[in-house]
Amino acid sequence: MAERTKIDARGAFCPGPLMELIAALKLIEVGDEVEIWSSDKGSAKDIPEWVAKVGHEMVGVENMEGYDSIVVRKAK
Amino acid sequence: MATHIVIVGGGLAGTIVANGLCRQLGEQLRSGEARITMIGNTDTHLYQPGLLYVPFGKIREAELFRNQRKVLDNRVTFNIDAATNIDVENNRVTCESGKSYDYDYVVIATGSRIRPDTVPGMEEGAHWFYDLDGARKMRESLRNFEGGKIVVNVNVPHKCPVAPLEITFMLYDYLKEKGVMDKSEITYTYPIGRLHSLEPVAHWAVPEFDKYGIKSETFFNTKEIDPAAKTITSEEGSTLPYDLLITIPPHTGSQVILDSDLGAGGWVPTDREKLLREGSTNVFVVGDTTNIPISKAGSTAHFEADTIIDNLASLISEGQWARHYDGKVFCFVETGLSTGTYVWFNYTTPPNPGPPSQMLHWFKLAYNRLYWLSARGLL
Repeated sequence: MAERTKIDARGAFCPGPLMELIAALKLIEVGDEVEIWSSDKGSAKDIPEWVAKVGHEMVGVENMEGYDSIVVRKAK
Repeated sequence: MATHIVIVGGGLAGTIVANGLCRQLGEQLRSGEARITMIGNTDTHLYQPGLLYVPFGKIREAELFRNQRKVLDNRVTFNIDAATNIDVENNRVTCESGKSYDYDYVVIATGSRIRPDTVPGMEEGAHWFYDLDGARKMRESLRNFEGGKIVVNVNVPHKCPVAPLEITFMLYDYLKEKGVMDKSEITYTYPIGRLHSLEPVAHWAVPEFDKYGIKSETFFNTKEIDPAAKTITSEEGSTLPYDLLITIPPHTGSQVILDSDLGAGGWVPTDREKLLREGSTNVFVVGDTTNIPISKAGSTAHFEADTIIDNLASLISEGQWARHYDGKVFCFVETGLSTGTYVWFNYTTPPNPGPPSQMLHWFKLAYNRLYWLSARGLL
C-alpha cells in the first residue's frame, strides 16, 4: 500500500506548489505518493507538465472549492 | 516554580525570540517566575545574507560575525552544547555533553544546512556561497577566471529564494567590470518552468536576462555532476558543459530533528498560523526548521519570531493567545552590483516587486548593518 504525504500549499507564493512537490518527492520512497493542495491556478498545468518531463506518474487532479488537489506517484 | 523556556538554536530566529521574550517578560524574569535558556552550537553569530558579497570582495569577512553572547540579552542563559535529542513527549532537550534541560515551552530554531554531498559530483565539481568556506573558494575562482562557460545551478529545497537571481546579476556585473564578460557565457538553471518561484519576479527577470544575454534552462533538477568532464546533468535528461559551476545546493534540516524523529528531511510539521509543532501545545517551531510551504529566509524567521514572542509572552503572562502568523515575507533583491528592489507577500497578498533602483540597493546595504539590531530584537 503506497504511503501518501500531504502538503497544503494553498496561498504559498514562494517557493510555490511545484517546488514543494519536488522537495517532497526527494523524501519519499519509489511507489509512494504526494498529494498537494494548490490555490495557484497554474499548478494543474505546471505540475503534470513537469511530472511527464521527469518521468514520475500523475495519479490525478481534482478541482476542489478554491483549490486543486493533485496527486503524484514517485516512479524512479 | 519558574516557567522555563528553552530555545534550541542560536541563529537569527532563535536569537530574536530570546531577546524579544526578555523585553516582553521583564517582570517575570526579574521576579523569577520565568527563565530563558538558549542552547547553541557555537559562540559566533554569522550574518548569512552577507555571504552573497564575499565572492565579489564586496564585504569584509569581519563584518559577517559577532560574538553570540554579545548579541543576546544578558538575561538569557546561553549554553554552547549542541542538542542531540529533543524529547517532545517528556519535555526535555539533551545535549552532546550529556546534560539535559527540562522545559515548559521549547522553541525549535535549528535551521537548515546545505547538503552538496547528496548530489553525485557536487562537492568536487561545484562552487557555492552559502557557507564561508565555499564563498572564499568561489572568490578565488572568480579572481582567476578569464572567460568561459559559467552555469548557475539552483536546487530544491534552498533558503533565501532570491539569492540565485542576485548572484547571477552580480556575477554579470563583476565579469563586465573585470573585462571578461565578452569572453563568457552565463547559463542559469531553475527547477521549475520559469526563472523564479515568484511569478512576478520570474516575469521581471526574463527581459533582464535578455538584456544581458544571460541564457537559461528551466525544468532542470540536478541528477549528477561530472567534475572530470565538467558537465552537469538534470533528472529531466539535459546535460550542460561548464568551465565554472556555481550551485545553490539542496538543503535539509538539522541532524537533531532527524535524530529526534521530529520530521522528514529535518523539517518539523508545523501549524502555519500558530507556529506550534503539529500535535503539541508547548513546542514552537520557527524559521527554516518548519515544514510550512513558505520561503526559508531571514525575514520569514523574523516575522515568525515576532509572532512567537507575542504568543509566548501572552500565554505566560495572561494565559491566552495573542495573534496568528499571516505568512509575511519581505526580501530585498539585488539586481546587480549597484541596483536593487524588494518584494513582500503573505498568505493572502501576492508579491508585486517594484522597479529596481540605486536607492533600494543602498537600503539593502544599510540593512546589512541594521541586521544586528534585528537580531537584538530592536528592529
